[in-house]
Amino acid sequence: MIRLEHVTKTFKTKDGDVHAVKDVSIHIKKGEIYGIIGFSGAGKSTLVRCMNLLERPNEGKVIFDGEDLMEASPSALRKARAKIGMIFQHFNLMPAMTIYDNIALPLKLEKRPKDEIDAKVMELLDLIDLVERKDSYPSQLSGGQKQRVAIARALVNDPKVLLCDEATSALDPQTTQNILRLIRRINEERKITVVVITHEMFVVKELCDEVAVMESGRVVEQGEIVPVFTHPVQEMTKDFIATASNAGKVDELIAKHHPLVALKHNQQLVRLQYDSSNTAEAMISRISRKWGVDCSIIFGSVEIWRDTPIGQLVTIFTGTDEQIVRAIEDLKENNVQVEVIKRGHIE
Amino acid sequence: MDTLSNLIPNVIKFANVFPQAIVDTLIMLTVTGVVSFIIGLPVAVLVVVTKPGGIKPNRWIFWICDKIINLFRAIPFVILIPLMYGLTRAIFHTSIGIKSAFVPLIVGTIPFMARQLESAMEEIPEGIVEASTSMGMTCWQIITNVYLKQNIPGMIRGITIVLIAVIGQIAIVGTVGAGGLGDLAIRFGWQRQMSDITFVVLILLLIIISVIQFFGDWLVRKTTH
Ligand SMILES: Nc1ncnc2c1ncn2[C@@H]1O[C@H](COP(=O)(O)OP(=O)(O)OP(=O)(O)O)[C@@H](O)[C@H]1O
Ligand SMILES: [Mg+2]
Repeated sequence: MIRLEHVTKTFKTKDGDVHAVKDVSIHIKKGEIYGIIGFSGAGKSTLVRCMNLLERPNEGKVIFDGEDLMEASPSALRKARAKIGMIFQHFNLMPAMTIYDNIALPLKLEKRPKDEIDAKVMELLDLIDLVERKDSYPSQLSGGQKQRVAIARALVNDPKVLLCDEATSALDPQTTQNILRLIRRINEERKITVVVITHEMFVVKELCDEVAVMESGRVVEQGEIVPVFTHPVQEMTKDFIATASNAGKVDELIAKHHPLVALKHNQQLVRLQYDSSNTAEAMISRISRKWGVDCSIIFGSVEIWRDTPIGQLVTIFTGTDEQIVRAIEDLKENNVQVEVIKRGHIE
Repeated sequence: MDTLSNLIPNVIKFANVFPQAIVDTLIMLTVTGVVSFIIGLPVAVLVVVTKPGGIKPNRWIFWICDKIINLFRAIPFVILIPLMYGLTRAIFHTSIGIKSAFVPLIVGTIPFMARQLESAMEEIPEGIVEASTSMGMTCWQIITNVYLKQNIPGMIRGITIVLIAVIGQIAIVGTVGAGGLGDLAIRFGWQRQMSDITFVVLILLLIIISVIQFFGDWLVRKTTH
């Protein structure tokens, strides 16, 4: 639906050139929810603004629904933009217009018939559950309500894509959930492709099918979220996961030589990762029965990625090398990923 | 009545000149306000749209408008009066009366008006303009739907400030024979030392200013959502 090819954007500033986006190529497929994550300043906003040419790339191609926007005439570009809805962190509603008029605006500009506009706006007001607030002004709404209005406005032209730039970053957790659910519903019911930019891990977890991880202007890792986050290759991705889950804490404990992770010579510290088909207790009890390996769990969690639960366990295995190797092989055969983080030494 | 004629004897004596002076002042205020708004608004839009980072950046147009505005704002008003003398003669064929005041008043007020309207438009968050662009609005649609409509209270606040400043300038043109309340203060209060007339002129000017301010504040409240 959207294909970026070797997109580069450099800002000229008084302090020299800022390379906000460097040679990025990504393909966002029709109907999916695509996440772009990265820490602040990574270039996420610039990248998404390149998708509707709010920012014109210095190099590269931006292909939307088969059309190269870089080559499009001004009027063709405006038409394309109308088919790419966009919502923002700070909502950006028209302060002097009522909720109804805010949503109706794009249609009014196209001089559509009044009853058609009315039908469409009422349908969207119903979707965002704000029918009774239609004559209020944006300043009279809460943040979450404003974002819902912004979503309705973005949908009024029946877009093919919805771009969300930190759409939930100004909202509290509960309201965020609310908005995420709405976005997901829009994606499923209206078959609208969604691009979500965020620095919050749980937004990706909740919503995305695919993800691109950005670091200083480049996409360093991309793919379906479960593989990307269960087998991260790049340090950056690992860092990101670590900030978002407790699993990362273990590395801190090790770095600090915390007594919890102090190992005897016959012990190994291992990280296990498994999907829904395994349950932790069954796994642990099987290997201790079968291989005589004693397991003590330091830490465990189950996180839901999109719809897939992913379990993580950090445990200390106690046993002979032979026993532990057997146990690990057994686990691997049962689709558990095993990573030995640290081995005990003979003092 | 007796006490009044003791307190402000000259005002009572020359009461017949006041209505005309008030009317003249109000006419000069209205004409200056309306004309400078009609000319100042497009200038302000041009500056906002063409400035670097605007929706149609154009270095030349921006530079020229910006410099002209600054130049005229830098000229002290009393100097603008003789400076515009030729133009006044050419347009109105007179150099006395309220007609003689229009040219310097308007020329002096346009840049001020343009700057006030410009800064009201600049107050509109960048993100709103960006959202409009992302909707596929044309440049013209952004001007008419966003810049001209989304900060009306700010514009009214600016216009109020301009009108109050214009009252001051009308008093100045009065001193060179354009009529109005300033003229009274000079001819009677200053030249004939009738300080009670100066005092009453002051009160009248304060009343006019207060009415403008009150009306402006009311409109701001009315248009703020
Ligand atoms: N208009 C601009 N002019 C100059 N530099 C810019 C401009 N816009 C962005 N940048 C720079 O480009 C880099 C990437 O910015 P961008 O806003 O895309 O980051 P981001 O990943 O969205 O960050 P955040 O999570 O904080 O929103 C930053 O170094 C920023 O300073
Ligand atoms: Mg950003």
